[in-house]
Amino acid sequence: MPNPKRRHSKSRTSKRRAHDYLTAASASECPNCHEKKMPHRVCPKCGHYKGREIVATKEAS
Amino acid sequence: MRHQIATKKLGRNTSHRRALLRNLVTSLIMEERIETTPAKAKAMRPHVEKMITLGKRGDLSARRLALGYLMTRASVDRLFDTVAPRFGDRNGGYLRIIHKGFRKGDGAATCFIELLGSEKFIEKKREKRAEVRAKRKEEIQKQMEADQAAAAEQAGNTEGEK
Repeated sequence: MPNPKRRHSKSRTSKRRAHDYLTAASASECPNCHEKKMPHRVCPKCGHYKGREIVATKEAS
Repeated sequence: MRHQIATKKLGRNTSHRRALLRNLVTSLIMEERIETTPAKAKAMRPHVEKMITLGKRGDLSARRLALGYLMTRASVDRLFDTVAPRFGDRNGGYLRIIHKGFRKGDGAATCFIELLGSEKFIEKKREKRAEVRAKRKEEIQKQMEADQAAAAEQAGNTEGEK
């Protein structure tokens, strides 16, 4: 079986891993309650999307 | 060549998938709006549209074809009498998919799929549900009060005996 001839330095390892990072999830603002929400989703706080109430929330009823 | 006509398999064999889609389409026609996963919503979309096209045709042959696909007779009646006439001036695009969030149990993305123009039906359903809830609450309140009164009376009786 083929084996590595040379030791892999820490520097090489970390250089490879330089691109392995997480990016923050993007958030948009709910136009109804101005809470942060996921884009293109119903607002979990007020249940509104595109100007109408989709899900009845406790506060509304 | 039958290129580019493959459909989403949804991890099921043919009969399971067909049954699932028929159930979903039947439910959607009866309820105007259902909550499911985006994959299922997207997979059922062409089937619902085909049913509505049958509903718009409105003849006996179309009705029999719809009966062969939908699970209940009531859903066929609803499709032909209330759903299809709404879409007379529209060629397809009868549905709206609204992404909701993630399910608690398995973290699956969820969405609503609804027929266009379902707003008033859903509003009515919501009002009915609120009414039932209020009535039930009232009944429980009354029951509790009656129980408490009975308990108080009993306590009074035992004290009197002493």
